[in-house]
Amino acid sequence: MSDTTNQLLVNLNALVAGLFLLTGFGIVAMRQARGCLNLFIVQSLLLAASAVLLGLRYTSDHLYGVALVNIISKPIIVPWLLRKTSPSEIYTRREVDQGLNIPTALLIALALAILAYFLARPLLNAVAPEFRGPNVPIGIAGLLLGAFTLTVRREAVPLLIGLLAMENGAFLCGIAIARNLPLLVELAIATDGLIIVFIMGVLTRAVQKQIGTTAVGELASLKEATVEPAEKEVAK
Amino acid sequence: MSVILVLLLPLIATALVCLPFKKSWAAGVTVMASLATLILSARVAWLVSAGDSVTSDLSIGWLKWIAVDGLSALILVLIAFVATTAAIFSVGYMAHGNLKPGKLRLYYINYNLFVFSMLAIPVLAEPTLVWIVVELTTLCSALLVSFENTREALEAAWKYVVLSLMGAGMALFGFLVLFAAMQASGSTDAYTWNNLIAAAPAMPPVLLQTAFLLILIGLGTKVGLVPMHTWLPDAHSQAPSPVCALLSGIETTSILYVILRLFPVMQGAPNSHAETWAIVLGLISVGTAAFLLLQVKDYKRMFAFSTVEHMGIILTAVGLGASVAGYGAMQQIVSHCVTKSFCFFAAGAVLIAVETRQIASVRGLIRQSPIAGAALVFGGLAIAGAPPMAVFLSEFTILKAGLTQREYVATGLLAIFIVIAFFGIMLHVNRMVFGTRENENGAESSNNHSEPENKFHLPFSCRLALILAAIPVLVLGFYIPQPLHDLLTQAAAALTK
Repeated sequence: MSDTTNQLLVNLNALVAGLFLLTGFGIVAMRQARGCLNLFIVQSLLLAASAVLLGLRYTSDHLYGVALVNIISKPIIVPWLLRKTSPSEIYTRREVDQGLNIPTALLIALALAILAYFLARPLLNAVAPEFRGPNVPIGIAGLLLGAFTLTVRREAVPLLIGLLAMENGAFLCGIAIARNLPLLVELAIATDGLIIVFIMGVLTRAVQKQIGTTAVGELASLKEATVEPAEKEVAK
Repeated sequence: MSVILVLLLPLIATALVCLPFKKSWAAGVTVMASLATLILSARVAWLVSAGDSVTSDLSIGWLKWIAVDGLSALILVLIAFVATTAAIFSVGYMAHGNLKPGKLRLYYINYNLFVFSMLAIPVLAEPTLVWIVVELTTLCSALLVSFENTREALEAAWKYVVLSLMGAGMALFGFLVLFAAMQASGSTDAYTWNNLIAAAPAMPPVLLQTAFLLILIGLGTKVGLVPMHTWLPDAHSQAPSPVCALLSGIETTSILYVILRLFPVMQGAPNSHAETWAIVLGLISVGTAAFLLLQVKDYKRMFAFSTVEHMGIILTAVGLGASVAGYGAMQQIVSHCVTKSFCFFAAGAVLIAVETRQIASVRGLIRQSPIAGAALVFGGLAIAGAPPMAVFLSEFTILKAGLTQREYVATGLLAIFIVIAFFGIMLHVNRMVFGTRENENGAESSNNHSEPENKFHLPFSCRLALILAAIPVLVLGFYIPQPLHDLLTQAAAALTK
């Protein structure tokens, strides 16, 4: 392949990775569950695109496999599974009381993205030049943003999306630095993602039945200081 | 071949349980399958301890994915042991709840899948595949934690899933970095634990260190190391008691096993600080858990915190290094596993006897249900580390090894924390079993009159499980059979390069 094509592929990959980072920010800030899910689908497609571009650049069939697995499992099966397992009203729910307001959350997210660049630098210095590129820092940023989403969100679906976004971030790194993982592993990880969606969907449905809401952040009764009812019992 | 069969048995059992027969069918199938698994894995452990290879009859393609050495065989046999006793205990415990057949079947399906995912951890040799089965243990056990479907159980399950998977996300990144490190070292071998050890000296240290820390913190979440332990007392107290025995007794240990696999890799690299990390995180866990044990209000949470404490002890022992401490760590894994599962069976027996989890509302248990009371005292003493029980012997080995290693500060702290935890546990157990209700002495006598009618009988299978689980707790306190000794030595050898 000529140098110009290679350069083009690298640049395109950088663009895709940049968009990936943007969707990460979007997932932190989006209030609506449906919007979160859509952003996650876009993010997974971008991950697949990055895999295809890197696959073309380094002529690795294995990366096409990764892309295919991603395209089939995340944008198609994940929403379908969610619809099957969890109550349908969760899509329409808006989150009114986030742990943090949106501007603050975005500022912290920005700080995390910058942190990711600093974290990635020593790693990048240690690997061969062909493994360097925007995927590693942005993947780490995706991981951190996903974890951050988990800490500020209270609704079930955005929490689930946060978990899956963490995995996406790890994978964006993975396709750059761990390119030759056996395809069996990729397949197993994709299946695993689907089981996550299934189990969390079932749990969400159970939570909604039991307490009438899917705002799982409100579940906070298990602590060391839950002794009052028992003491009353004894006093009787 | 028997290795593959060990993995297949729980899956076959899952399929059989799905068949819509009578209530006792599912329980019976599960007990038989786990018994068979126990026998097979004991045979695997026997062969390994005698120095035979158990994977030689596998074809080359399989060899890449499956490997069993002393450490794996030890964990394998422990998982099978707890799965068996917990299955026996489940028979009576679940019958007590008067569940619908469908719900009961769901319990056993999840139970067998959970056991399968755990058995796969020590057998698989490929780190990313191990990561996947670790993830599966979380997912298969989530519905077991939320099984009672109360608000608290759902909260516990939710926290458990979210925090464990969050940790798993970090660990996945760690495993990918580890793979990159192996590629950077120029090794073209398959990505397995053994090849990692061989490739370690040539790996870029920064990649190896990053991977180790990510995996330690990520999987440490699921082991319940402080400060990532917050979900553990919730999940391990809200699940049905036999599941608690599995979660606390062996699931935590089998995840810790994955972390332990990295220690020989780290020893190959120049100035890695894996041991220091282990001692620091381990001591923080033991210390925090010891003080939290003093103020728990729920006796199942008490045993859950004691799990955090014991995970810390094992990690500290591994960090102390040297073959003696390694042997002590392995011994501690065995004794914690058998003792903790017994403790949760005892807690389950208490729960069906008094139907409350609050320590404050259980008094004079020995009069209400002699078996449950005696079991609780025995379990409390055993897990706190009183002689002549198994935990005492293993803790003693670890402390002795620490002193010979001249790690006086770490060993001293460890000893102090163990003593505090001992008093914490025994204080609560003593009050529950022998205490009288504080406020009124008059009511005490009227209580005595009404007692014969609510005197409670524990189901036979629960008693059987208690007795079976108690045997190793007692025996391993003063006698370690030769095959087990060989296995422990081999397992400890797997911790060093």
